Amino acid sequence: MDIRVQEAPFDYGAESARFTDARADIGAVVTFCGIVRNDGGALQAMEIEHYPGMTERALTQIAEEAARRWSLAGCLIIHRYGRMEPGEKIMMVATAARHRADAFAAADFLMDYLKSRAPFWKKEFSGEGAEWVAAKDADEAALGRWG
Amino acid sequence: MTLDILYFAWLRERIGLPRETITTEAVTVADLVDELRLREERYALAFSDLSAVRVALDQDLAEFDAPLAGVREVAFFPPMTGG
Repeated sequence: MDIRVQEAPFDYGAESARFTDARADIGAVVTFCGIVRNDGGALQAMEIEHYPGMTERALTQIAEEAARRWSLAGCLIIHRYGRMEPGEKIMMVATAARHRADAFAAADFLMDYLKSRAPFWKKEFSGEGAEWVAAKDADEAALGRWG
Repeated sequence: MTLDILYFAWLRERIGLPRETITTEAVTVADLVDELRLREERYALAFSDLSAVRVALDQDLAEFDAPLAGVREVAFFPPMTGG
């Protein structure tokens, strides 16, 4: 289990390769990358605040829960904080398993939980000012899928 | 009891500080919130709608009726928006 909370950018390709390479014991790797999206073209930057200490603790608990539910051979979570521009990568998760069903389900679970249970808060900056991103009811409802 | 209280995101902005240490006799989180609301208008505003506020006790999510006994760090923040 590899969990990193950092301000610096990460190399999605290199991290995915390192996670996958030289593993003969796994049959499946699923990776997901979250990117700063510029919907209407007005977004200039996004700033992510987090709760140092609790963030790492929450992500570890979420990853441990995924490892209890599915048969995983590896799990990587990288999540950035600080200021990012549209197109920059915010975070990634990768899961490895013997079979793809476990890798897909675990990655899906990790994303649902870290969206609304890991202490990160997004603020969007545009020409009109800055605004905190509101949590979506759908994100909270998504947790219900996992029982 | 002495508590470190942390505020994040718009709660931090509305209250105007990221953390403070207070001495309180509050028994539960809800008691503590009531106490804070009475301090100043900015606290009353920040805590005017508790459905928009989450709380963590010693870095674990908790409910507003949770007891504070033995707790050292209380954090208030809006619903999380990671990912």
